[in-house]
Order: sequence, then structure tokens, then C-alpha cells
Amino acid sequence: MDLLRFITCGSVDDGKSTLIGRLLYDSRALHTDQLAALTSQGMDLASLVDGLLAEREQGITIDVAYRYVGTSRRRFIVADTPGHEQYTRNMVTGASTADAAVILLDARKGLLRQTRRHSHVVSLLGIRRVALAVNKMDLVGFHEGRFAAIAEEYREFAAGIGIDEVTCVPIAAIDGSNVVGRAARTPWYDGPTLLEWLETVPVDAVRPGPFRMIVRWVNRPDADFRGVSGLVVGGSVKVGDQVRVLPDGTSSTVARIVTFDGDLAEASVGQSITVVLADDLDVSRGAVLAATDLPEVTDACQADLIWMSEQEMLPGRRYLAKVGARTVGLTVDAPKHRLDIDTGTHLAAKTLRLNEIGRGNVHFEQPVALDSYRANRDLGGFVVIDHLTNATVGAGLVRHTLRRATNVHWQSMSVDKTMRARLNGHRGCVVWFTGLSGAGKSTIADLVERRLYLAGRHTFVLDGDNVRHGLNKDLGFTDADRVENVRRVAEVAALMVNAGLIVLVSFISPFRAERELARGKVAAEEFCEVFVDTPLEVAEQRDPKGLYAKARRGELPNFTGIDSPYERPDTPELHLDTTELTPEQAADAVLAHLTTSGVW
Amino acid sequence: MQTHLDWLEAESIDIMREAAAESERPVLLYSIGKDSSTLLHLARKAFYPSKPPFPLLHVDTTWKFREMIDFRDRVTAELGLELIVHRNPECLALGINPFDHGSATHTDLWKTQGLRQALDKHRFDLAFGGARRDEEPVRAKERVFSFRTADHQWDPRGQRPELWRLYNARKAPGESIRVFPLSNWTELDIWRYIEREEIPVVPLYFAARRPVVERDGTLIMVDDDRLPLRPGEQPSHEMVRFRTLGCYPLTGAIPSTATTLREIIDETVAADTSERQGRVIDRDQSGSMERKKRDGYF
Ligand SMILES: Nc1nc2c(ncn2[C@@H]2O[C@H](COP(=O)(O)OP(=O)(O)O)[C@@H](O)[C@H]2O)c(=O)[nH]1
Repeated sequence: MDLLRFITCGSVDDGKSTLIGRLLYDSRALHTDQLAALTSQGMDLASLVDGLLAEREQGITIDVAYRYVGTSRRRFIVADTPGHEQYTRNMVTGASTADAAVILLDARKGLLRQTRRHSHVVSLLGIRRVALAVNKMDLVGFHEGRFAAIAEEYREFAAGIGIDEVTCVPIAAIDGSNVVGRAARTPWYDGPTLLEWLETVPVDAVRPGPFRMIVRWVNRPDADFRGVSGLVVGGSVKVGDQVRVLPDGTSSTVARIVTFDGDLAEASVGQSITVVLADDLDVSRGAVLAATDLPEVTDACQADLIWMSEQEMLPGRRYLAKVGARTVGLTVDAPKHRLDIDTGTHLAAKTLRLNEIGRGNVHFEQPVALDSYRANRDLGGFVVIDHLTNATVGAGLVRHTLRRATNVHWQSMSVDKTMRARLNGHRGCVVWFTGLSGAGKSTIADLVERRLYLAGRHTFVLDGDNVRHGLNKDLGFTDADRVENVRRVAEVAALMVNAGLIVLVSFISPFRAERELARGKVAAEEFCEVFVDTPLEVAEQRDPKGLYAKARRGELPNFTGIDSPYERPDTPELHLDTTELTPEQAADAVLAHLTTSGVW
Repeated sequence: MQTHLDWLEAESIDIMREAAAESERPVLLYSIGKDSSTLLHLARKAFYPSKPPFPLLHVDTTWKFREMIDFRDRVTAELGLELIVHRNPECLALGINPFDHGSATHTDLWKTQGLRQALDKHRFDLAFGGARRDEEPVRAKERVFSFRTADHQWDPRGQRPELWRLYNARKAPGESIRVFPLSNWTELDIWRYIEREEIPVVPLYFAARRPVVERDGTLIMVDDDRLPLRPGEQPSHEMVRFRTLGCYPLTGAIPSTATTLREIIDETVAADTSERQGRVIDRDQSGSMERKKRDGYF
């Protein structure tokens, strides 16, 4: 006996609860070979599926209710989504784990907007097999022509949106016609009953594909055993196979496949196993083991995004993404378009609101191993998390990665950070000075660097003005350019940390989100945010470069503090009040911090 | 071919590994019943050859069947697992019991408050539980990862959507998570799996002649002499077994002749009463499961 997960979709009053109640009731009867006892006429089948209404009144979020039905041939997990205003988000959730869908409509009403909407979501989530249950056939006199017209219209529509296998079944949920038992009143129908279809439709999960395993847990009971535990989410693997560890890019062969019930020679999709590799690699939780047709290791992709939060999506803002068993920082570009899920047409959009679906590019702060959602749901689907509230605010489906060079995999270097640190006698880090123009960032950074240099440390200063003469010559002072300005510097700083340098960045960097982005580029202990805090009046009074005067005259638009905002850091590692400290004292404070945090 | 039990097992193992990896101080709530036994078995599989990286916690009420306590002590000793037994000290001092204080108060103080005390005392931030979605209509919508605020409240409005196999386990300090690896199992699945894996369970699940009294349509077993007999009440020995196990004065037995797993399975297949009908507490007040859940009961 195997297992099928399916979703039921229908609008209010199409008879969804009645249908599920019918399946629950009749299949239970089937279990006990009591088919004869099916005299449920007049009983309220919908009540078997408990009302979601009460909970809605209590304000409980109901997205999906799961029901469990079994026959002697198959076990079913039914995802039932209530048809209210949260519908898209709920359907997406229910459909994410479904292999098939039952789309319900009322024979009297035919194809509605909602039918198309449900089908679009089903198709988007990668469900290729659909049964259209044309319900309430009793109310149209089991009319063959009526059914045929609906079926034809639906098939044509479904083919156009990528649903390739459609089975249309004329049913009356109320009396069970063609649900479990065959209806006497549809002699013209020779297709399967709904239950026959459910019992025989192929389960996608067993589709072959290239081997993939998500490492959930590193298994180290003692010094002798080192395994990685996880679920095989694609293909199969045998002892002796060569596998790659992504995103690191290292490779090894499978020495053992360990389970509680003994070692296996081979394991395939759907199995939870523990793999022992022949080489002693440092594989950590969140890594992906793969063989052949490797997933792309990339930090950017184009994705379809479903927004699930009351707070609209903010392009450029830092979120978190959970992909496989990893959580990484994520930023989302403005969507290219939004999908009208009733019609399938593309609409212009600058953002996404609750229950909206759009397509756009997303950027991960660290390289991740991705497949397209079509190829593998587990390595092509991710959720978006708000890093302040920890709420799940969206879901993404990878269309394709943005680094097209398929053969360039993340290069794993043999000389690493630790070795460079040993050679240098200290490790690298970023000291990020932020504050208004004229606050004293460059002066303090310069003093710090001189002291570090005298102590034999390897350092480099990235100064806002200087970088704008070269690397960032093409950028102005609009919000978008400021974001890009900081992004590039953050990247350069991260490379320099990898090279083993103590990098002193002196940038106004007015936006919190970008500073967080810079922080995310290096390890937590490698970043030190220094807030050079000088009140605007004081900075304006100092005005060493005469910029404030110019800005006040309107000659410098978008000047931070005047007509462009500065977002103060909430919890910088160091907060320097320059109205109370001399530059030397400020530099001392920075050096003291570097000492206590073990950089030198 | 992967059978549905293989599929359920692999999913539960995957959930347990994910949850343990995301947590700083996980614990497994072990209530000695068949679901706990299954959960424990899955935990051993999930982390093998390591031992499960968490202790077991039993929130005791002093009113459990004696055979449950014997079983608990034997199993944990055999497996060499750390077991924490918590008894609410206030209940001990006040002698809280279902007869003088009512089943609702008894359950709330011993179990709900007791669980909170134990979680706080040991600073557990994640607790595995053996609840299944098919047990109760309310549970059909429960998440696999269910969040509790710092004061153990369930916030039904703030539940996170769960897509694919992606569980967002992030939480603020003080908040905790209940994780239900058996969410997708049914009672029948549990029994078939227990049979397949030969998992030991408390003998009370099998029919035997036991001393019982009938009260308000429920068969209560006289497990020790603390059960006050009502006037004219005379325990009689009947062939009974239990579908669920809890505090003996609050757990109804069912008449049964099922003495083997096979027979239990056949009986379960045929049963049309839902499993919890034998449990007195759920019927105590309408909507009581909902309320108990919000208060932090499992
Ligand atoms: N005549 C007829 N009525 C039906 C059928 N299926 C459902 N209904 C009725 O349609 C109404 C809505 O059904 P329900 O299952 O609650 O719809 P839901 O909102 O989709 O869950 C109820 O009054 C049902 O009895 C059917 O096949 N034939």
C-alpha cells in the first residue's frame, strides 16, 4: 500500500465538505467490506468534516486542514483548504505537498473564475495531474451534454496552463454517484470513479531524477563515526557512488549508508538515511549531497513569489530565506510583474501584497545549492522569513538561477581563511564606520589604521569618497544608487576579509538594511559596526568640505541629514559620541574593542 | 516500493532531525502510551548510531496506571536514556485528585501547569509530542511546528504556514516550540507500525480480565484502593482493554477480546467511535481541547 497526497479545491457551496465527508465515510465502510451498509441518504456528510466556521469566528488562522482516508489500495492525505479570503496563501500551502488535485465545480454553474484561479495555483505549485469533479450532476439530470461541454472547456483551458493530465468525473457527492460507487444514471460515462482515479493516479514522488540529499544533522556519536543524516529528496544513491557536497564543492565517495535497521546498499527518494563518506570532509548541516546533473550553486535566481503577510513585500529589504536545511539572508528585487491568477495575465507591480503572486529576482547572502522548482520541489522551493518577527511572510519557487555559466561551480579553495590567519598572525575583520558626513569617520579610521600598522597588522581603509572616484564612479546619490554603493563596498570588504585583512570601511551608509547586508557578508565575529555619532548641528558646524552649506543652498540634492534620511544603528558594536570624545580617544575605544574581540 | 508506513517513518525521522538541529535544548514528552512509544522508537532510528540528543520528560500526576509506571521505568532503563519525571509540587502538597477537585482542575494543575513548570525549570526550548491530526477535529489544522509564547500560550492567530518540508523554527528568546512528528499518522498506522517494528507497549492495551466499575457509561478500572467506590458499587472482572492511556480514574476501558496486535488492528479498523471517546477529560466541557491547547496542554 502506498500513499498519495492530494488537495481539494472548490468555492464555497460547491460541495467540497460533502465530497470529503463522502470519501471519509465510504472508504471507512470499504475497509470493513460493508459496502452494503452505505445507506447514508439524508445524513449530513459535510458534518463529518468538522465545520471550520467556529474557528473562523474565534479568529483562529486556518490555512489547511488535513484529513486521512484509507482504502485497501492506498492511503490518502487530503489537504482541505477553506474557501475564504486567505484562499491563495492557503491553497499554496496545501498544494506544496500534494501530488494531485481534485478541483470541484457545480455542474449548474460550469467553469467559474474560481475554477481558473484554483487551476493556476495548482499548476504553479507543480501539480500536473488533476481530476475535475463536476458535482451536483443530480441537479442537471445527469445530462451527458452538460458534462461533456464542461469537460471540453476545462481540458482546453488546462492544457494551456501546463496541466497535462486531466480526468473529468461527473459526480453527485450527496448520494455518492461516481465518487466511490459507479452511478447507474451515467451509463454514458466510462471513465473511472473519483476514488478509482485517486487509487491509481501515479505518485510524483517516485519519479526518478538525479540524486539529492539535504543534510539535516551531523551524526557524531564518538570520534570514530562521522555521518551525515538527511532525507533523500531526489534519485537514488549506492555505496561506492561519487557525490559532491554543495555549496562547498568538495567530493567524496559513499562508504556506507547507515540505518537503525542495518546498512543499505542503496537508498532512494523518500528515505531518511545516514551517509558515511570515504573522506573526512567537514560537511555541515544544510549542505546538499548530489551526484550527476548537479544543482546550481548560486547567490541569485529568478523566482515566483507568493506573498503571505499583511505587510507588503519591500524590495531591497533584508529578509531570511529557508532553503533545504539552511537559513540565509535574502533580498528581493522589485517584481518584474504580478500574476492575475483569475486570468493568468501579467500585471505591472512594484511590490507584492498579501495573497499576491509575482515574479522577480532574489539574492541570497551566501551561495546556496538550488534546482529549479520544476526539477525538484525540495531544492527549488524556499520560504521567506521576516527576521524581526520571525514570521513566515512568503514563499518562493525557483524558475532558474541567474548565474548561467553552468560549469562554474563554487570553487573550493585549498588555502582557506584559517591558514591565511595563521600566516598573518591575526584574523581578518570588517570595522564598519557609519555616521553623517563630517562626523569624523575618516579621521578615526585613519588613526586606527596607523596604530594597527605600527603593531604589524595587515589593514586597508575603504573610504567613501575615494571609492566613489573609481569602483563606484558610475553611481549617484539616489536611494537606489546608495544601496548599490554600499553593496559593492560590502562585497569588496568581504573579499578582503577572506584575504586576511582588517578592513576599515568609512562610509556614511545611511540605511540600516544595507549595513545589515554588509554584516551578512562575513561571519558574525568578523563584523564590528562603529556608530560615529555626531549631531547634525555639530556636523554642519564643522562642515570641513563645505558640503552642508552647499546642500542648504540646494546645490546638493539627496544630502544625508538634510533631505535624505540617516537611520541610526540600533545596536552597533561600538557607539562613539564625538561630542564627548577626542578622535584619539575614539580610536582607543575601537582598538580596545578589537582587542577584546580577539582580532589582535 | 516504499509503503505508506515507510513514508510516514521517513517523514517523522526527517522532522525530528530538523527540529533537534534547530533547537538548543530539546526534550521528548514521554507519556508512556502507544504514541509515545512510537515516537521514542522513531527517535532512536532518527539519530542512530547516536542516542537521541535529548532527554525524556514524563509529567506525572501520581494517578497513572501502575503498569504504565513499571513500563516507563523498565523501557528507559533498558535503553539507557535520561528520564526526567516531574510532579507538580503544589499538587503534591494539596493532594489534587480527580474526585475532590474535578477532572478539569486535576488535569489543568497536574498536567498543564506541571508541563509548564518542567519546561521552565529545565529551560527546554523545544518539546516533541506524540499528537496526531486524526485524533481531534481541532488538531486537523495543527502545525507540525507549533509555537508557544514565553508564557506557554498558543497563539492561534500567529501560526506560520508550513510549505513543503520547510519548517520555520526561528523564535525569540523565551519562546518555545512544540513539534509533532506523528502529525500525519492515524491510529491505525500507529498499530500497524507497532506490529511491524515489534515496539513494546504497555500491556493495558491488550484485553485481559480487569476489575472495573461502570460510571456514567464509562468503564473505570480499579487500579488501586484510592478509587472511592460509590454506594452499592462493586468492581466486577471484565475482559477489557484501553485505546488510550492516562490517569486511571479518567480513562475509560472498552470491552474487548483483542489480546494480540492483529486483533487490535482488526478492532481498530472496524471501530467507528473515535479513539478519544474513552477519555473523560475531553468531554468535560465543550471546546475543551481547544481551550486546553491554548493553555499549553498537548
Ligand atoms: N443536489 C446536490 N447537492 C449537493 C451535492 N454536493 C453538495 N451538495 C449540497 O451543496 C451544499 C454545499 O455543500 P458543502 O459540502 O457544504 O459545500 P462546501 O462549501 O464546498 O464545503 C450543501 O447543501 C450540500 O448538501 C450534490 O452532489 N448534489
